Amino acid sequence: MGPGTAWYLAVAGFLFGVGALGVLIRRNPLIVLLSLEIMLNGANLALIAFARHLNNGDGQIFALAVMAVAASEVVVGLGLIVALNRKRVPLDVDRLSSLRG
Amino acid sequence: MIVASVGNVLVWAVWLGAAFACLGSAVAVVSFTNPFYSALALIGNLGSLAVLYLLLSSEFVAAAQVLVYAGAVMVMFLFVIAYIGPRTESPWTGGPTWQTIGAVLAAGAILVEIVVAIGLKAGGSLSHSHHVDGAFGTPSYIGRLFLTDHLLAFEITSIVLLVAAIGGVILGAHSRTTADEVPSL
Repeated sequence: MGPGTAWYLAVAGFLFGVGALGVLIRRNPLIVLLSLEIMLNGANLALIAFARHLNNGDGQIFALAVMAVAASEVVVGLGLIVALNRKRVPLDVDRLSSLRG
Repeated sequence: MIVASVGNVLVWAVWLGAAFACLGSAVAVVSFTNPFYSALALIGNLGSLAVLYLLLSSEFVAAAQVLVYAGAVMVMFLFVIAYIGPRTESPWTGGPTWQTIGAVLAAGAILVEIVVAIGLKAGGSLSHSHHVDGAFGTPSYIGRLFLTDHLLAFEITSIVLLVAAIGGVILGAHSRTTADEVPSL
């Protein structure tokens, strides 16, 4: 017997907390996106741990869907960052306070 | 019996290594000042998560994790970081502001809430898990689930990816058309 499901869930919870901290305190939008990936991966680890725990593949399907959504989110987020950089807007989420183009 | 205990120790050793690599690289992503190093640390995080997925007998998800995340997504991240140039930003300079303190408190509250929810709600029932059969987590198992029970989710995922690709093209092409004004005929 290896480590039980609770150990995996503890790692998943810690990953989610660290990712949330990064999203909240960092001001560079690139690092905000990276921290968002950590949060999504924490949720994925919990899904896969529960799939193994319950001997049910639905959690793995959900994790793969989360992965596809994360890839889409990165495409749109990085596209926005490149567009901001072309318009010479400062890359600082605290200063991006207006939606005017 | 001895073989079983050796295997047990090996599984625990691999788990401990992967879990601590995972947590350490997550802290590194959040605390590094250079985004390039943060992205490299995230690659380590994704790799150690793939090891954890393998320990949970989810081979296909582990392979997809390495291919999609460490292969495709992180290459795009590193490309964009190289494109916009290095911008270091130290998160801890200037002393803690009310914003930082509030963020740390909120993140700590989320962590405590998750741990309490896990520990109190599910306490004893998480120690024993069902036995999984050999086909669990193999590509054929995942493929059968995707094409029978979860066909709608499969199709919606493909539409989401298509829309994201269109959005990426539009976001990337927008400023070029405005800079050139009228395209020459």
